[in-house]
Amino acid sequence: MNIVVCVKQIPDPAEPGALDPNTKTLKRDTKLILDESDAYGVEMALQLADAAGGGEVTLVSMAPNNETAGLRTALAMGAAKAILVSDPSLQGSDALTTSKVLAGAIKRVEGADLILTATESSDGYTGTVPEQVAELLGLPSVTFAKSIAVEGSTVKVERQTEAGYDDVECPTPCVVSVTAGVVEPRYPSFKGIMAAKSKPVDELSAADVGVTAGGWAGAGQEIVAVEQAPAREAGEVVEDDGTGAEKIVAFLENLRVI
Amino acid sequence: MAAYRPPLQDIRFVLDELVDLDELCQFESFKHVDPDSIHTAIEEFARWTAEVVAPLNRIGDLEGAVHDPETNTVRTAPGFADAYAQFRDAGWGAVPFEADYGGGGFPWLAGIVMQEIMSAANLSLSMCPLLTQGAIDMLMAHGSEAQRELFVPRMVTGQWTGTMNLTEPEAGSDVGALRTKAVPQPDGTYRITGTKIFITFGEHDMAENIIHLVLARTPDAPPGTKGISCFIVPKFLVDDDGNLGERNDVACVSIEHKMGVKASPTCVMSFGDEGGAVGYLIGNENEGMRYMFTMMNNARLSVGLEGLSIAERAYQDALEYAQERKQGRAVGAAAGVQSPIIEHADVRRMLLLMKSIIEAMRALVYTQAETIDMANHHPDPELRQYKQLMAELLTPVVKGWCTDMGVEVTSLAVQIYGGMGYIEESGVPQHYRDARITPIYEGTNGIQALDLVMRKLPLKGGEVVTEHLSLIAMLDPALLRGGAQLASIRSNLAEALTTLADTTHWVMAEGATDPRQAMAGATPYLRMFSLVTAGALMAKTALHAAERLDAGTGDADAMRAKIATATFFCAQVLPQVHGLVAPVRAGHDQLFAIGVEQFAH
Ligand SMILES: Cc1cc2nc3c(=O)[nH]c(=O)nc-3n(C[C@H](O)[C@H](O)[C@H](O)COP(=O)(O)OP(=O)(O)OC[C@H]3O[C@@H](n4cnc5c(N)ncnc54)[C@H](O)[C@@H]3O)c2cc1C
Ligand SMILES: Cc1cc2nc3c(=O)[nH]c(=O)nc-3n(C[C@H](O)[C@H](O)[C@H](O)COP(=O)(O)OP(=O)(O)OC[C@H]3O[C@@H](n4cnc5c(N)ncnc54)[C@H](O)[C@@H]3O)c2cc1C
Repeated sequence: MNIVVCVKQIPDPAEPGALDPNTKTLKRDTKLILDESDAYGVEMALQLADAAGGGEVTLVSMAPNNETAGLRTALAMGAAKAILVSDPSLQGSDALTTSKVLAGAIKRVEGADLILTATESSDGYTGTVPEQVAELLGLPSVTFAKSIAVEGSTVKVERQTEAGYDDVECPTPCVVSVTAGVVEPRYPSFKGIMAAKSKPVDELSAADVGVTAGGWAGAGQEIVAVEQAPAREAGEVVEDDGTGAEKIVAFLENLRVI
Repeated sequence: MAAYRPPLQDIRFVLDELVDLDELCQFESFKHVDPDSIHTAIEEFARWTAEVVAPLNRIGDLEGAVHDPETNTVRTAPGFADAYAQFRDAGWGAVPFEADYGGGGFPWLAGIVMQEIMSAANLSLSMCPLLTQGAIDMLMAHGSEAQRELFVPRMVTGQWTGTMNLTEPEAGSDVGALRTKAVPQPDGTYRITGTKIFITFGEHDMAENIIHLVLARTPDAPPGTKGISCFIVPKFLVDDDGNLGERNDVACVSIEHKMGVKASPTCVMSFGDEGGAVGYLIGNENEGMRYMFTMMNNARLSVGLEGLSIAERAYQDALEYAQERKQGRAVGAAAGVQSPIIEHADVRRMLLLMKSIIEAMRALVYTQAETIDMANHHPDPELRQYKQLMAELLTPVVKGWCTDMGVEVTSLAVQIYGGMGYIEESGVPQHYRDARITPIYEGTNGIQALDLVMRKLPLKGGEVVTEHLSLIAMLDPALLRGGAQLASIRSNLAEALTTLADTTHWVMAEGATDPRQAMAGATPYLRMFSLVTAGALMAKTALHAAERLDAGTGDADAMRAKIATATFFCAQVLPQVHGLVAPVRAGHDQLFAIGVEQFAH
């Protein structure tokens, strides 16, 4: 079974990030790493290929400056090859342009049975790319997968909901977004890292994938303002006068966590 | 307690500026490696170690390793066996070993960087692969081809682990006093009987077999170090294909209750309770001590590195605490609010002391690893020989100074925490307790000082030490060109170097006529020698940081911090050398001026 995984390469969340005041987006001039959200998709894909007894996992990414560090991590985990679209004209692309680029790149992968993404990236966080990619490819889209099984040409997904999960079935090929935390991404082994060095990374331009990008000007999406998150407010102290337990239950119910 | 963050930025600086990975990667042995792969491997290893190994450090301290007297087995602390299995399966133990034996064929330097991270994350756990590495080194250098093929690949993968069995109740620093017996058998094997103590990871539940390397005496061996032979004693005997067979006659009869590294089992090993453990001689009889010497540079570098590791870990904790803890009002702060203690001058002093010593240790450890790579792999045999001698000279410096500094820096971390630093829950006392073993094992620091003074200074009639001192002197023109920014580093280093050179002459001259004089001053001399060596490396650091600033490459704030840190070290730590002159030269008689009886007031 052949699986494509969309993987975003993002600035290391452990390093203090900075916003470009003009574009109100994250600065991406430092080294980028594999978005942890996408590590779950990669792991899921590797497990599915394993379970199917063969097939390749191909990575697709769009990133500035021909960045491959995050791709190398995913290749070291076991993916077979990667397509990277990197083009100065793509700077300032919105989620739709990103989706067009990804869809264009995915079309170049022959015989893909399944396309995996994360439900949302850790930095951009619009959570809109997967569905747009599916639409552009004319494929069914299933979101919020907490588990995926493939039987023949049917994908069975447990789709996470607020109450629990829905069982969803869908024919291949299709696009499935994977919820963070549902599998344990493997750490690359030393051998895997060495092998990743020689795995092919196909570097393409926007034109190669059939996209004419409009950059900031062409974006149909605009970041209006970026504001500080509100400071954490002081917590509420509950004196236990014998009704402490009930008050905790009421508090949690109010938050709708129980 | 901060979560351990591998100091990748500083590691990268040292790898880019103070050593030459590009050159190493051009050697025949490393032709298949490139600096980029080395960096990637280090980064991925760092991530795994920080996430999986570091969180086990405290659990290890609380739970420790446990010996079961019924079965003479040892259960490691919760999570350790699983973490070790991940380490083994990922092939991390193989990185710096020869590809022909299943290794990654990376430079030793790359392995040392990973070891820094592993030891900082969890000193106890790191000791298992470390001892295995020592055993592999010994087998590679002196084992027969058959022995190497049988044991080394399985130890390189980490499937089997290794130990070094030197110490006995009556033979610690004085290895020559050991009594364990080895009796030759008609089939060419030996039967080993005796007791070894303090054997790190002598027994555990993380690997299917343990390969003990044991020092013992054959029946008519000459006394002292000239009569020591080295044997392979596997826990489970193995056939020629490496299949496990019978249990050998060796048992861990108890483990020690220790001050620190509690999750590293320190074992009393009993050989031959049932008639004799089967042992296989390495090389020739009576040459065991010579063999030990050939692997000493590597082993002592790795223990010196532990001082660096644990200091770094304690520093990260202290730095975080100093920003969170608020007490008093710093000079210039607004009235009515408490300042974070990092705003107080004395806390700054402690943090800078820690930071500068750590940077100096990292520079020292990595350059020593590079020297060892050069000594083993440089294409020019003369240069190999030269680098070998330089490595020998600096071995006691790396081991002695870095482990002493590990204790000092972890003690400073306790101090920065104030009262909380004395409370176990803060996690900081563990670093101090863990660090405390490092000046003791792998040759006490007293023995390191004697090694420097009695064996290393006289190397090639003093040529090697002279070369080392002239290399330091040669930094001067570059420091001069560095202008005002580097002026105080330059003058402090020059003065310290003069003091060291003069004192070295005295030690060598006295050592030649009355060795007792040199021995009496050995420890302060080792300190003086180390400080100047470290000062020179800090000066180099400042030079490279200044170059980067001029060239506009790299993070300018970080480069300025490098220069400021080096300036601090050379102004506030390095000048200690002048105060050490008197202790070095005080001589033998002062120490023996009172009789043993008078020590009791
Ligand atoms: C030259 C260039 C410059 C860029 N500059 C910026 C910038 O300054 N700031 C910024 O925030 N973004 C930048 N991007 C990235 C791009 O704009 C975003 O990827 C896009 O807007 C998607 O938004 P999102 O992260 O909210 O997607 P979401 O919908 O939240 O992502 C969901 C999932 O879709 C997939 N996905 C999303 N984006 C990508 C991708 N790029 N590659 C592979 N898979 C992906 C992943 O699986 C992801 O988890 C740049 C890209 C390029 C090529
Ligand atoms: C946790 C731990 C792990 C260990 N792991 C191992 C291991 O895996 N394998 C192994 O073989 N051993 C191991 N050891 C043993 C360790 O190497 C010895 O403890 C060390 O070499 C010191 O020997 P000793 O304890 O007999 O001290 P001693 O030799 O009795 O030394 C006591 C003091 O006297 C000083 N001294 C001794 N001789 C001289 C001299 N000639 N001149 C000046 N000063 C002198 C020493 O510096 C020291 O301060 C371990 C020890 C510990 C505590």
